[in-house]
Amino acid sequence: MPITRRQFLKVFAGTGVAVTVSGSLLPEIVSALEKAAAGNPPVLWIQGAGCTGCSVSLLNTTHPTIAEVLLNIISLKFHQTVMASAGQTAYDYLWETADKNYGKYFLVTEGAIETANEGRCCLSGERSGKEVPFTDLTMYLGKGAAAVLALGQCGFGGIPGAEPNPTGVKSVRDFFKSRAVKTPVINIPGCPPHPDWIVGTIAHALLFGIPELDDDGRPKMFYGTLVHDNCPYRSYYDEKKFAKSFGEVGCRLELGCKGPESYADCWKRGWNNNVNWCVHNSLCLGCTQPGWPDNFSPFYVKTTG
Amino acid sequence: MTKLTISPVTRIEGHLKIEVDMEGGKVVDAKSSGTMYRGIENILRGRDPRDASQITQRICGVCPTAHGTASVRCLENAFKVKPPTNGRIIRNLIFGSDYLMSHILHFYHLVALDYVKGPDTQPFIPRYEGDYRLDPKTNQVAVGQYLQALDIKQKCHQMVALFGGKAPITYGMVAGGATEIPSLDKIVSLKWRLKEIQEFIDGTYLPTVYLVAGAYKDLFGVGVGCKNFVSFGAFPLDDDEKTFLIKPGSYTQGKDLPLDQTQIREYVKYSNYDDSTTGLHPSKGKTVWVPEKKGAYSYVKAPRYRELPHEGGPLARMWVTNPVLSKNANKFLGVDSSKEIRFRDLGDKAFSILGRIAARAEECKLVADAMDKWIDQLKPGAPSWTKVEIPKEAEGFGLTEAPRGALGHWISIKDQKIDNYQVVAATIWNASPRDDKGKRGPIEEALVGTPVPDIKNPFNIVRVVRSFDP
Repeated sequence: MPITRRQFLKVFAGTGVAVTVSGSLLPEIVSALEKAAAGNPPVLWIQGAGCTGCSVSLLNTTHPTIAEVLLNIISLKFHQTVMASAGQTAYDYLWETADKNYGKYFLVTEGAIETANEGRCCLSGERSGKEVPFTDLTMYLGKGAAAVLALGQCGFGGIPGAEPNPTGVKSVRDFFKSRAVKTPVINIPGCPPHPDWIVGTIAHALLFGIPELDDDGRPKMFYGTLVHDNCPYRSYYDEKKFAKSFGEVGCRLELGCKGPESYADCWKRGWNNNVNWCVHNSLCLGCTQPGWPDNFSPFYVKTTG
Repeated sequence: MTKLTISPVTRIEGHLKIEVDMEGGKVVDAKSSGTMYRGIENILRGRDPRDASQITQRICGVCPTAHGTASVRCLENAFKVKPPTNGRIIRNLIFGSDYLMSHILHFYHLVALDYVKGPDTQPFIPRYEGDYRLDPKTNQVAVGQYLQALDIKQKCHQMVALFGGKAPITYGMVAGGATEIPSLDKIVSLKWRLKEIQEFIDGTYLPTVYLVAGAYKDLFGVGVGCKNFVSFGAFPLDDDEKTFLIKPGSYTQGKDLPLDQTQIREYVKYSNYDDSTTGLHPSKGKTVWVPEKKGAYSYVKAPRYRELPHEGGPLARMWVTNPVLSKNANKFLGVDSSKEIRFRDLGDKAFSILGRIAARAEECKLVADAMDKWIDQLKPGAPSWTKVEIPKEAEGFGLTEAPRGALGHWISIKDQKIDNYQVVAATIWNASPRDDKGKRGPIEEALVGTPVPDIKNPFNIVRVVRSFDP
């Protein structure tokens, strides 16, 4: 049975009930994904100046499980943290796969792009005995990709790009613009992003093409709602009942919550198979927003204005 | 002499290059190079001190709670506050859950493929070919466990999130304690979740480690290293922090010594940092990056303890703590199960690739079993957090043990802002380059003497490196 785009979006956008969206992936969609996977374009996943947190977050996908994602849904040809091979075998394979699939593969970038000192702050590997800066690798692979998924807050610059930006970090979009690379970029921010946002965006790209994006390049289906407007603690805010210490009942605004400035659907999706989420635990720090952390710091002080 | 470069080293966190010189099929010299610099210590300057516990978690997405723990301890040391009992226990439980996650991830997803042949599909191919020694049936069981462990690892993260908010990167630990007051339903939920993980550790992880080890017995003699160990101690067992589950201390040139953090220095002669900053204690440390520097080959500094390279991580901690081992160890060593075997009873076998892997698995059980008792000590409804005030000027430090080694944070505060913040991260103990005296770092030292029978498939080199869980 073919899946219509409308049916698919209904599943992915959720219906406001407290289930994880990935938890409601229909079996038909899973089988469609698996079919797509048989002849799937390869996914090349490269890591710059980051912490591997986005990859660790992806490993927490529940429905589909990570085993299903890795073995049946995507054709992951390169990923430094999980792949079997190492060194020359691994690195040559990355470049060869890119050349063989020019214009067809998806490129996933994790971690920031450091442009200072000709990119030598982050060296990605050695090719023919020469060290390759992550900037050069990203530009080469970026040019030949069908689309680029810029994972994590680092795609905007993130913590490595925070003041005083010691390594000349540029957002993925700005970096490509400065090097005249025209490949479309999808931002999947969050520090780290929720696994559903990663898997959901990849699935959408494979089945239907690039999802609808907001002005910051984020898929609207995941980043289209304001945390504060939908927060289960919103009624406390309306009653002006504010928690003054951690563990106290009330809206977390005075503890420093950045929910009023943050667009993401954590409020309905929850984290780690929905056992908890940031605001229930403490507060939202705004990690899906461009300009984070500088524009959201100090974290534990009420935002004014 | 033959040279071999492995860049990138995969199945680790971060960016690492290994270069070795070989003669007669054995490694005679090695260099370990960190190839990524972010300058997070400099990014922290001028910020609200409390932001450090969030920003430093992003140093490592595999062990963020270790940085979170070191950072909140550092801030509390500077603010002169201690968390309430519930806060201490909740932080131990969040951090402990992440320990279990990290150790299980390491064995099954980062190192297993050096011993177990994966199916002929991505991401298991391409791979090194040759030295896979498990019989087909055992190999198949191990592949099945690779998949099962993905699920278990995920459940450990669900335990982290229960009081931590989410994982990886948690919000539940802050200066002053923990953010959530424990409710009975969460306590019970954590208890039952832990039971499933304990069953996996006891029934699957530990037996499999010794089973795999049995097929690679020669690797108990490969990857010896510097034989100096340091542990900063982790998991405080009382509110005054008199006792820790993982003991602080060092084993230095064959002697057991108490921990003295003033004996740490960071050297940079072979690192891409300004020479004027070499030999500083981290409380006075500076991070001045120099992109081009003659003789430098790593973006990692060389921390030394009592002027010597020291290995950190499970082997170091188990050697210093010397706990009783699981009965799997009795079986493996052919010792009657009624007898208690302690870690040091492994003798020289401990100083090896497989010694590190066994130490990690045994530690995983030690932590899980302790957590089970800590859960019972939580007081439902009692506070977990105490208010903190940022002093105008102060200094502080916070020590803990990341899953992969000793971790310390140092802060100085001026005008209620961070004036200086220095991190001696776990892996830089192990992956460090030579120090100013030319002494190799622990991974470099462990590589020397490693047999490499097939240079196209240098299994043993990556086995040595990955045994440190860099």
